[in-house]
Amino acid sequence: MFKRSHYIALAFCALVLLVLLNLPSGASSRLKLAVGGFFLPLFGLSTAAESFVDRASYQLLPRQTLISELRRLEADNARLRFHATQADDALAENNRIRTQLGLLPRGPWKPRPARIVGRDPSTWWRTMLIDYGSRDGAQVNQPVVTAEGLVGRIAVVAHSHSQVALVGDAACGVAVLIAETRDQGIIKGPQSTVESGALEMSTFQHSPQILAGHTVVTSGDGGIFPKGLPVGKIIDTHPANAGLFTTARVRLGANLNRLEEVWVLQQ
Amino acid sequence: MTWLTPALLFLVTWISVYLQTGLIPMRVVLGAPPNILPAIVVYAAFTHGLGIVTTLTIVAGLWADSLSGSRLGTGVAPLFVLGFLLNTRQHLLLRDQRYAQFWLGFGGGIGVPLAHALILEMGGAEPAWGWFTLRQLLGLGLLNGIACPVAFIFFDQLRGTFEYQQAGPGPYATNREMKRGRT
Repeated sequence: MFKRSHYIALAFCALVLLVLLNLPSGASSRLKLAVGGFFLPLFGLSTAAESFVDRASYQLLPRQTLISELRRLEADNARLRFHATQADDALAENNRIRTQLGLLPRGPWKPRPARIVGRDPSTWWRTMLIDYGSRDGAQVNQPVVTAEGLVGRIAVVAHSHSQVALVGDAACGVAVLIAETRDQGIIKGPQSTVESGALEMSTFQHSPQILAGHTVVTSGDGGIFPKGLPVGKIIDTHPANAGLFTTARVRLGANLNRLEEVWVLQQ
Repeated sequence: MTWLTPALLFLVTWISVYLQTGLIPMRVVLGAPPNILPAIVVYAAFTHGLGIVTTLTIVAGLWADSLSGSRLGTGVAPLFVLGFLLNTRQHLLLRDQRYAQFWLGFGGGIGVPLAHALILEMGGAEPAWGWFTLRQLLGLGLLNGIACPVAFIFFDQLRGTFEYQQAGPGPYATNREMKRGRT
């Protein structure tokens, strides 16, 4: 039925698959990073092209627009510096009280900017690539956020870029709580509603007091995400498992389809 | 220049895997990354030997896995099966007909991601699928259905430009040709 060459091709492919799928997890990740290195020239080219377009667009902007933008940013900067001073005082006070209560002081998180250079080429995962790698201090499990809310966590780190598992991916479960009612729950993918920017959250008990519009923030449990990061808003709720738990749909604060820049939180 | 088409095939595959990580507007329309690897494999299976097809499917699967959340190697098998089946059964298929190319690309565009998801499920992973997957698969099927004839036209044009043309039939009927040597 088959020729000799067919059997050779089949055996070769089976051997390659057998070796790859039986590699230890660490070796498989290292090999994956090495294979991903083939795309570094294209990522570099794309970044260079983007920065060229940016520079060209700056040259074309009228001076008046730039000056008014500069003034607006200076005003914003002054206001944010004032808030930051207040926040520093509050953090110091919080840490003094935590020390008196015998709790570990809470360290400040340093946000580092990163640009999104790509998204998952497969249909089945919610991940994206950012231009922030081990050379910039990236580590696995560092939280990734925007001003609007939580985006995900770093799952794989390469030299010049990292892979971020987005909220809603199977690799990025998030322990959350409702800010208004303090009910705790978990958001864990995969979820069928992830396409519309909504995710499913399950509480640990029946919680009828959760209402649409309530704010969902990270609970700090699990040790990956700091407590209090905004995640999204409740859309609606319904009882699950014969009323033992409550399931709520959560509209994410950050629009994962339109992200261009993110912040990586370093401790 | 027989190396040119295979080299270009690998180059197009490399670029297409990279483009799968971008092209946001197309992603929004399809609801899925614009994956045209099945269409490229269909073309390769009909026009190249099994060695090239095997290498291409392994390399393409590894490249796609290296940028995604999948375990390295899980994307190879569906592409290889598609390429192997078409290559070994090409004499049974209407490979020169545009509608046949469309339907082969369409089938590959649906079958390859679906098989990949099944492999991931069997491996204990939790790929994100639900009712929206139907729309994604339909979108990928149509994309590959269109990309497949385009790949045939593009690569055949290129082959015609750079490779030696096969001599066509002469003006005389074959039964009038003089056979040389002992028969």
